[in-house]
Amino acid sequence: MDQNHAYTAYHPRWLRPHVSTYWWLEKPAYLAFILREGSCMFVAWFTVYLLLLLRAIQQGQAAYEAFLAWSAGPVVVLVNIVSFAFLIFHAITFFQAAPQAMVVHVGHRRLPARVLLAAHYAAWAAASIVVFWLLTGA
Amino acid sequence: MIKRHPEPVLWMLFSAGGVVSAMLLPVLVLLFGVAFPLGLLDPPDYAQLSALLANPLTGLVMFSLCALSLFHWAHRFRHTLYDGLQIKHLNEVIAIVSYGAAVAGSTLAAYLLWQLS
Repeated sequence: MDQNHAYTAYHPRWLRPHVSTYWWLEKPAYLAFILREGSCMFVAWFTVYLLLLLRAIQQGQAAYEAFLAWSAGPVVVLVNIVSFAFLIFHAITFFQAAPQAMVVHVGHRRLPARVLLAAHYAAWAAASIVVFWLLTGA
Repeated sequence: MIKRHPEPVLWMLFSAGGVVSAMLLPVLVLLFGVAFPLGLLDPPDYAQLSALLANPLTGLVMFSLCALSLFHWAHRFRHTLYDGLQIKHLNEVIAIVSYGAAVAGSTLAAYLLWQLS
């Protein structure tokens, strides 16, 4: 395209409608999309929290107890309760999308989406039970 | 020469991180973020926890969980800012900062778990 085109009084207007920065507030489905994407912030927060926990354990028993005391602060607990809700939302929405991203064949037949979904939920339950058992010794 | 795009690799890390974080983070938040702090359950004692983390299998799982979750965040964060908030002029800066943070966090996780092993 010619970069040095002359100015014309009737320059065409590009068909590029302006999209508001807050377009995701317009429909519930758009809001669900942005909440789903926003769940990554809570994934990041809790990973940082785990890194702080690992650092405390590496530093010794006193640091571990200081971490436990810090984690019982009302703001930290509140953030973690919100994180829990977002992480459940993240898990459900991520598993929902998995059968579309994963194509598994058994012989010549494609494994149906509901089988893959059930496998994900079963693995989620198993992993949660193992972690719970390891950490509580129940 | 064919230019190799990092996007498929970054997407794989995002996807793997999404699955690993979905499987393991909810129970960990419930325990370390809610149940132990509120006194609903007793937290594991120091010796028990450090013995658990000294196990190579636990170390590997913890490292994968931390590293992949951070790459999951980096990828989703970058794309949400791009598509959702339409911050396009800062795309490269945001990419460098988010993947850079993921690399830094993964390195820290590897170092801490190595010390604990």
